[in-house]
Amino acid sequence: MNELSASSRITYRAVMVRPGLARRIRGLSDRMLAWLFITPTIVLLLAINIFPLLWTIYLSFTNYRANRANVPTIWLGADWYQSILTDPDIWAAMQVTAHFVIWTVVIETVLGFGLAYLIDKKFRGHGMWTTIILLPMMLSPAVVGNFWTFLYQPQIGLFNYVVAFFTGRAASSFQMLGDVTLSPWAIVIVDAWMWTPYVMLICLAGLRSIPDYIYEAAEVDRASKWRQFWSITLPMALPFIMLAVLFRGIENFKMFDMVNLLTGGGPGSTTEVASITLKRAAFESWRTGYSSAFAIILFVTVFGLANIYVKALNKVKSR
Amino acid sequence: MSVDLTPSIARRGLADRILRRAPLEAIATTIIAAGVVMLMQPLSLTLYSWSFATTLFGTVMFTIVSKVRE
Repeated sequence: MNELSASSRITYRAVMVRPGLARRIRGLSDRMLAWLFITPTIVLLLAINIFPLLWTIYLSFTNYRANRANVPTIWLGADWYQSILTDPDIWAAMQVTAHFVIWTVVIETVLGFGLAYLIDKKFRGHGMWTTIILLPMMLSPAVVGNFWTFLYQPQIGLFNYVVAFFTGRAASSFQMLGDVTLSPWAIVIVDAWMWTPYVMLICLAGLRSIPDYIYEAAEVDRASKWRQFWSITLPMALPFIMLAVLFRGIENFKMFDMVNLLTGGGPGSTTEVASITLKRAAFESWRTGYSSAFAIILFVTVFGLANIYVKALNKVKSR
Repeated sequence: MSVDLTPSIARRGLADRILRRAPLEAIATTIIAAGVVMLMQPLSLTLYSWSFATTLFGTVMFTIVSKVRE
């Protein structure tokens, strides 16, 4: 053994070690192996999801300010919650959010279902049209926000010229993003343009899941197309429509990026949705404790809606 | 000696009928939906003030009742 060269000794040691390690791993139960594989994921989840959530809950009860980290924090109890839930400005932001959520969901559902109904008819070139319709959904919200800002320009924007062509009004006579009446609708239009294809996809899945024999039986019973739509198509696609409504509702309740790029919450606070108010409180006023409490209120709302969403999803799955 | 041949039907009490997952989940879902509506309605500041408590109660209730037997 002593006459072995250095490299041979290393190889020899490696050969000696490897079977031991392998035997030890081979000796682990399936349960232990499963834990071994999922432990890094659980640690990562705890570090980047659960810990910040618990920390935010703690901060929401204190006067902590991120720009004055050295100042001692004072426990305030539920003061911030009370302050937020009695503040007319926050209530107004919630109403702006409600306007945005309700109108986008209604428009996207009606248009999405209509498009899905048309695409489901499998006319000539329907594959190409499906791809074209899906294009806006594939774009980044940052890109969409930027190019719709150009489209809404009163002087050079295409949108104003299209409206001028159909209504006869001068193209530069109105500003979609600068007008207090029009700006809430401007963000609704952009969101509907971007996310209607998504609702269409979900509705299309619902329509394609309806078996043909039900329509054949209805044909035998001489049911009109109108009757078939109301008695077969709509009830059977309804769980999928509900799913789309819930998903878009939750997403739009949290909407930040697109609105921030398009209007930044303005003019005034007419498009200041809840997320924009939260961002202003957290990173402009640096009221970290206050904004943490606001974030927890929004989180509980979204979590509650997500529970309903999961329930609807299970209903769809069980079909 | 007479033998009772009628099949014995297990009588389910009111608690058994109510304490099942489906109706309890439906109640929790309704409370959550009511909380969300209260949060975003434009009519009453008092309703808005109670919205968070309502949503939180509904969410906690949903989490608990989803563990109840079918």
